[in-house]
Amino acid sequence: MSVRHGLLALLERGPMYGYQLRVVFEESTGGTWPLNIGQVYTTLSRLERDELVRALPEGDGGQRPYEITAAGRAELAAWFTTPVSRSDRPRDELAIKLAFALTTPGVDVRAVVQAQRGATMRTLQEFTRLKARSDEPADLPWRLVLDAMVFQAEAEVRWLDHCEASLVRYTPPPTTVPHLEPEGEESRR
Amino acid sequence: MSILELRDVHRVHGHGETAVHALAGVTLTVAAGELVAVMGPSGSGKSTLLNLAGGLDRPSQGEVVVDGTVLGECDRRTLAALRRRRIGYVFQDLNLLASLTAVENVALPLELDGVGVRKARLLAETALSEVDLGDLAERFPDELSGGQQQRVAIARALIGERRLVLADEPTGALDSHTGESVLRLLRSKVDGGAAGVLVTHDARHAAWADRVVFLRDGIIVDTSGPLDEPDALLAQDGAR
Repeated sequence: MSVRHGLLALLERGPMYGYQLRVVFEESTGGTWPLNIGQVYTTLSRLERDELVRALPEGDGGQRPYEITAAGRAELAAWFTTPVSRSDRPRDELAIKLAFALTTPGVDVRAVVQAQRGATMRTLQEFTRLKARSDEPADLPWRLVLDAMVFQAEAEVRWLDHCEASLVRYTPPPTTVPHLEPEGEESRR
Repeated sequence: MSILELRDVHRVHGHGETAVHALAGVTLTVAAGELVAVMGPSGSGKSTLLNLAGGLDRPSQGEVVVDGTVLGECDRRTLAALRRRRIGYVFQDLNLLASLTAVENVALPLELDGVGVRKARLLAETALSEVDLGDLAERFPDELSGGQQQRVAIARALIGERRLVLADEPTGALDSHTGESVLRLLRSKVDGGAAGVLVTHDARHAAWADRVVFLRDGIIVDTSGPLDEPDALLAQDGAR
């Protein structure tokens, strides 16, 4: 997801200027995605360059509102209908860390799992506390954003439980270092 | 003020070489207004801990104290009275009596304890209103949805002077939305001054607790409490 599509979605509601966009963006995501005003203006100028938004005349307060163009609407519709690809997301550092922990001599893998689970659990508690604060219908959009993070954290805890259960039955094979010819060795011979 | 205290509690099943240490030295305190979740793999001792806390089982070693009373020092009658008056249970299979209406189910523990029928009923009606079921008081359990039945069970668990509620997978059969409303209710009841212990294997449910205790092989291996400032966490996340 990009800030770009978020701003297009907000402009679909009606013309807004930079500061308004920032405030409404943060409200819509329940404060889980803080934006700085510089990001908003940079994104707006790129959207304008790509003809997805257009600047309107300055208002009385000197702010310049932007409105979405037909091309912007098409871009937004495409975004809503295209599934998010998992491969676009960054590699999972935690999974890789655990894989290395298993094969690195002297690492207490259970302790790694436990430390992570405690931390993830704390995060989950905090998200839940934020959710518990409000139960108003108007809060639904940002509660769903929070829920997404809640379910992701839960999945991580479940995966860590699974790792721990697998570790009980795990006997590490002897660590080996694969023997590789240094690069270019052949040609020098 | 602590409502529940487990002091170096052990529970051993069997003898000699075949002995199984279900709990191997657990110390845990739950204060009024505090909800503690207990997580851990199957066989880690979660249910044993809950049964000991509720006076349904006795420790092999160590002490269980509920509201100032050492359970091990009670005779059977005193213990039964304490269980009726001070401790509420919410289980996955709700244990509501099918032949009694919602309000009769909630009033039952009070009546068993000698409270007059009319007074017990008034208290039960109030308890049901507090869980938003005032209008459904005359329904039988099979005329209520799963979520509503669980609310009746929570009302019953916390009626009267009960200060300790013990919940074992209370959201087990419910969909995630209804399950969440049950946890919200449990949370608000605890915020109102009760102490709660919630056994669950579901991290999303455990997250409603103030503290999460991880059990493994009968001992507490980790405890997680919330950070002080949730907003700080979000700011950090966004800055990444």
